[in-house]
Amino acid sequence: MNARWLVHEFRAQPFRLDPLLFGLLMLLMGAGLFVLYSASGANMNMVGRQAIRLGIGIVLMVVASQIPPTWYRRWAPWIFLAGVSMLVAALFLGVGRGASRWLDLGFFRFQPSELMKIGVPLMLASWLHKKPLPPGFSNSLVCLGLIILPALLIAAQPDLGTSLLVTSGGAMVLFLSGIRWRWMLLGLSLTLAAAPLMWHVLHDYQRNRVLTFLNPESDPLGQGWNIIQSKIAVGTGGLNGRGWLDGSQSRLEFLPEPHTDFILAVLSEEFGFIGVAILMLLYALILLRGAYLASQARDLFGRMLGASLVFLFFVYLLVNAGMVSGVMPVVGVPLPLVSYGGTSAATLLAGFGIIMSLYSRRKMMKD
Amino acid sequence: MISSHHRWPANDRQARLTVERRIWQMIAVMLIALLALLTRFGQLQLGDHDTYAARAETNRVKLRAIAPNRGLIVDRHHRILAENQPAYRLIMVPERVADIDQALDDVERMIGLTDQQRERFELELLRNRRFQPVTIKSSLDDREVARLATDRHLLDGLEIEPYLIRHYPHGSALSHVVGYVARLDESDLKRLNRDNYRATSHTGKTGIERHYEGVLHGTAGFERVETNAQGRMVRVLQRSDPKPGRDLQLTLDLGLQLTALEALGNHPGAVVAQDIQTGEVLALVSKPGFDPNLFVNGIGHDDYRALLDSPYRPLFNRFLSGGYEPGSTIKPFIALAGLEAEKITPETRIFSSGRYRLPGHSREYRDWRAGGHGWVDLESALEQSVNIYFYDLASNLGIDRISRELALFGFGQPTGIDLPGEFDGVLPGRSWKRRTLNQAWFPGETVITGIGQGFIVVTPLQLAYAAAELAGHGLAAPPRLVELQKPARAVVHDADHWEAVFAGLRAVVHGSRGTARAIAAGLPVEIGGKTGTSQVFGRPQDDTQIESDDLPWFLRNHALFIGFAPIDDPRIAIAVVAEHGGGGSSVAAPVAAQVLAAALENGW
Repeated sequence: MNARWLVHEFRAQPFRLDPLLFGLLMLLMGAGLFVLYSASGANMNMVGRQAIRLGIGIVLMVVASQIPPTWYRRWAPWIFLAGVSMLVAALFLGVGRGASRWLDLGFFRFQPSELMKIGVPLMLASWLHKKPLPPGFSNSLVCLGLIILPALLIAAQPDLGTSLLVTSGGAMVLFLSGIRWRWMLLGLSLTLAAAPLMWHVLHDYQRNRVLTFLNPESDPLGQGWNIIQSKIAVGTGGLNGRGWLDGSQSRLEFLPEPHTDFILAVLSEEFGFIGVAILMLLYALILLRGAYLASQARDLFGRMLGASLVFLFFVYLLVNAGMVSGVMPVVGVPLPLVSYGGTSAATLLAGFGIIMSLYSRRKMMKD
Repeated sequence: MISSHHRWPANDRQARLTVERRIWQMIAVMLIALLALLTRFGQLQLGDHDTYAARAETNRVKLRAIAPNRGLIVDRHHRILAENQPAYRLIMVPERVADIDQALDDVERMIGLTDQQRERFELELLRNRRFQPVTIKSSLDDREVARLATDRHLLDGLEIEPYLIRHYPHGSALSHVVGYVARLDESDLKRLNRDNYRATSHTGKTGIERHYEGVLHGTAGFERVETNAQGRMVRVLQRSDPKPGRDLQLTLDLGLQLTALEALGNHPGAVVAQDIQTGEVLALVSKPGFDPNLFVNGIGHDDYRALLDSPYRPLFNRFLSGGYEPGSTIKPFIALAGLEAEKITPETRIFSSGRYRLPGHSREYRDWRAGGHGWVDLESALEQSVNIYFYDLASNLGIDRISRELALFGFGQPTGIDLPGEFDGVLPGRSWKRRTLNQAWFPGETVITGIGQGFIVVTPLQLAYAAAELAGHGLAAPPRLVELQKPARAVVHDADHWEAVFAGLRAVVHGSRGTARAIAAGLPVEIGGKTGTSQVFGRPQDDTQIESDDLPWFLRNHALFIGFAPIDDPRIAIAVVAEHGGGGSSVAAPVAAQVLAAALENGW
């Protein structure tokens, strides 16, 4: 990919952004900053920093949308390989509080697991691209391996949340490839059967999270605190909410991590059920638009990749909202594009950029 | 299985349709999940809203109590007996101190810390939250405050805080009347209203401080405060000010109290002086006392040990809980019973040979003067405290009549003074002995009851109240320090009978042979009185008399005196007990004389 070629690409179709999806995403991020102002305790600095991060993410999205799908397909194995190598490196050389998630590259820190959220579906889609579909037994096994290897490396960091996201993105590609429902169900039940085995591998804090999720009131001041306070914040919002900047649960610090993982609880408390419903509607529109764009991609590689990236976005939302409302265990997954933090936003926006790239070149399809 | 499955080449139309279908399935799953999530939020926000809103409110709003200022205690002339003094204490906010042990060591180097203070600090540190101040040392003196102020830069997170401390300016002089406050403990909270004491650190433990706790304490104020998750106050939502405790004026006359204390000299003992018609207690002494200020901040182990181990028992409240044989001070009451029952008249004469024997019994009862007093009538029997006269009278009256008469004067019952812990005393009788000892009453026990010995036990307060009843011809008010009682006619007797007894009691002090004639010279008016001697241990009746002076101090008899003044218009009644004083005439009567003289000089 040299500069001349990029210029050519740009001339062919300047700004391959989907205006509708782009607008919806901007709306979501704008609303997110608005809630963040309250969740951070009216900290304008924090809102500014987040705006800059989102800006970087938008730039990434624009860049990703300009890159042709064939490039992604060709480079998929190398991206995947680089990601796995960095995961291995992170295990030994990684830095971070209690978990080796970050790789210090001297000038900046990089989280290789983040790359794999896109890297795994990308690898699978490109692997299945030339194969007969639905994939045969051996191909399915290869795919399974391509999912499990990075998932285990990430779980070992330990980062259960990201591992879950990477797995679900990869599994969605397999599902989209037409693999039989019975195989999917078999895989799911095998995972469930392995759960007791997993119990021994889990770290103490992870076990505690699961136990706390099962019975939060057993330890209301310790591990259960987060879930209880989050549910109180959501419940106290009622229909209309307590009003912007007026949520006592977040303002008085009862809510843990109000600006990151539990920002949805702040929104629920201050804007009530109406606010939650509007947010869910916005998310639904983004998912629908994303899924539509993916379904219109030029080839099956594009469709599988695009749809699985949409699904990844959905899993973020499901796990976070499930945690905040107390129906899922506390797993450190942010509310997509709303929670404070730049890393996941960058990944997700890059993902949408890829989807836009896939869609914008649908007419070049030679079939 | 796989091999049987039909496959399409890549990008085949069939494959394309499959992927398309799967995308639609994915969309369906996502939308259903979103609806499920929305339902869950609806359940929390609409269905259970009230529950969670209430929980958010409990999270947010805390009630914080504000302690009221304790009422002062003053004497009848408004002299302060208990006050709230501004003081300084050194406190630490743990979260602002990097190295707590180091900080404590620094403080110890500067102003000294006892192990006890360190222990109490550690305990409080564990109980409190990190931002709540913990007391390191209370009641700092000026030198300590100055020392800490100089090195303030070393003591980050430590503060010198002003507060109010209960102070008793007259120390041991009033320790048994005013009592003291000390730190609240669990047992206090069981009898007090917890809500009203949330912010209170001290409560009355003894004396007036305890009895009038409800009046002195006041009503706690409350603040509804918004707190954050760490419990730190964010703002005050609502405030109701505390209502300070009421000041309490005692009937006590501080001057007279100090006079009585001084008059007792080195003798442990008790003095009770009361107004006859109003019941106002003017002096109320239990000697020795102790410094109540020691207890306010928690008495040190050594100080407490010293108080407990002292042979003079300074912690023992003698006027309230001390039980003494009344000895001869009982005789006026026996005389009244005799007159009323017509067993004697004022003119009845009895020969005192020095010995008395019940008909048909071999046991001999002695007079205090060997050889006796010869022929005596009632007046001289009281004047000279002739035992034989009262042995005979008591024997003629019988224990039932004696008990009934003594009960009318309040013996065997608490006076009801407004202080906690009053002792009932013992008023013996047939049913009393059956009940407590399960034994029959013996005639010999009646005989010695006639001179105030045997089972009978009285408190100095009871003696003073009985003296007041006597002086008031049966009309007197029970002793009180704050809330006065109306005088009640307890005893109704023929006026001639009162006069006959009064003649004897006048002669005790002013007669030529009176047992207390030595005090007459120091008195501004004529008074009535009766001396008494209370045995410390039961001396065998047929043993040769042992002179009190030959005994070790702690085995010597107690000296007693009851009296009232002036005898022609009695206003004040008094009772004095001087422990191990020997005889009532030589030790107790002069004490009473000094107190009565001082009271009368002050216009009483």
